[in-house]
Amino acid sequence: MQSTLVGLSITGSFQRDTNILFSDISFELKQGCWTCLLGPSGVGKSTLLRLLAGLSTGGQFDGQIRTNPEFIATDTDVNQGANNIANVISYMAQTDLLFPWLDVRQNIMLGQRLRHENNTAHYSKKTVDRLIDQVGLGAHEYKRPHQLSGGMRQRVALARTLMEDQPIVLLDEPFSALDARTRDDMQSLAFDVLKDKTVLLVTHDPTEAVRLAHHLFVMTHDGIHSHQTPPNLPPRSVEHPKTLTAQATLLRVLKS
Amino acid sequence: MTSDTPVSKQKINVRDLAVSVLIILIGWQLVVWVTEVPRYILPGPLAVAEALFKYSDLLAMHAWVTAIEVVVGLIFGTLLGMATAMYLTMSATATRYMMPILVISQTVPVFALAPILTLWFGYGLGSKIAMTILIIYFPVASSFLDGLRATPKGFLDLAQSMRATKFNTLIRVRLPAALPSLSSGIRLATVYAPIGAIIGEWVGASQGLGYLMLLANGRVKIDLMFAALVTLCIFTLLLRAVTNALCNRLDHWAGQSH
Repeated sequence: MQSTLVGLSITGSFQRDTNILFSDISFELKQGCWTCLLGPSGVGKSTLLRLLAGLSTGGQFDGQIRTNPEFIATDTDVNQGANNIANVISYMAQTDLLFPWLDVRQNIMLGQRLRHENNTAHYSKKTVDRLIDQVGLGAHEYKRPHQLSGGMRQRVALARTLMEDQPIVLLDEPFSALDARTRDDMQSLAFDVLKDKTVLLVTHDPTEAVRLAHHLFVMTHDGIHSHQTPPNLPPRSVEHPKTLTAQATLLRVLKS
Repeated sequence: MTSDTPVSKQKINVRDLAVSVLIILIGWQLVVWVTEVPRYILPGPLAVAEALFKYSDLLAMHAWVTAIEVVVGLIFGTLLGMATAMYLTMSATATRYMMPILVISQTVPVFALAPILTLWFGYGLGSKIAMTILIIYFPVASSFLDGLRATPKGFLDLAQSMRATKFNTLIRVRLPAALPSLSSGIRLATVYAPIGAIIGEWVGASQGLGYLMLLANGRVKIDLMFAALVTLCIFTLLLRAVTNALCNRLDHWAGQSH
């Protein structure tokens, strides 16, 4: 059953130089659901996501970002500062961002490497084994990124995101650079492995949004508006008439 | 050999090299025979080869000294350059105050400092090593710094979202990503380093190939001078081969060449 708890919410305005990217938006992610934010390129979707991820945006945000306080309490390094958003999110970008000098296993364990967490090595090893299995990279765990195809690389990136084991996952068009078939596989895989998380997927692809969203928002230059999703639960079949109708409606909204 | 490989990274084909060297040697010998240049102006390759054998012990002894100066200078200059680049990457304040000095310091002809270095560090190895360090420090520091600053932004975002500290980001993200830049800096330094040592020896020394060349020149033993020059060339080529192999391994590890 879908939760009504709020995992993450943001209210406020954002401007870069004198250019107001969005003003007085109010937008929330329901806990344990996939929320898709659909919009054309250049409308500020990625900036919004970077803001939520606590990354530099080169602009001025005036407002509030709140996460479910329970998330903070379960986090291990509370002393890092409870209001640090990086403590509860993991982030996956459009490019896989695999480090070329690390193999698949080491790339998946990147977070541990970067935080110097060697004391949990045994636990980590077992988790990595499980994740490699989950994303279907069993035969490739000691390969370097350049030996992998685009789809496989994005699987490694997904496993690395899961390895962080954070309650909130922010996805910045992670499937847009893949070919159609690989994208379809990756969407199903990601939906499956991230089903307990509070997910925000930023995308410019109506098909992707309709396929995966529990909750759907459309971002245009006028702001962010909630949008109806088909009544059945995601992941929806691409060729289902209701999916296709919803997709057509969304395209119209994007064009207007 | 493809034309898009940078000249500094081009591999030398030994057979092609042998052919062109042979052609040059034959041409050189012919010029000497035809024009009958006196031996104290331009000795022919045969005379130089003769000197190489005749003075082989002497040449080896002086080459050894120069080799130590170059290799030690290269190692310390590289380490110093790396440390500077990493420090400048970490501290914005340091960059603000040190960068102008660094850039301006490059307008000082380093060779002009050789007499001062000899005064400070004496006639021994010290002043030559100092000269070598000075000459390679900037190329290494600047190319490594460029590399450290050019870390893909996505890598840094990812590191930040994973709560990596600034220091860990430097060591585990920026540094490995900058290794290819470092290795091109080292390749450049390898070419410069012998120049530093030789200049140092010219200004004041009691051993080394540069010293031997001046000595031979003074005594009109031009064949010995050329023999020292050839020895220096061979040493530089060997050094280049070794650093190239090391740098290639570095690039390979960093995932730059496959």
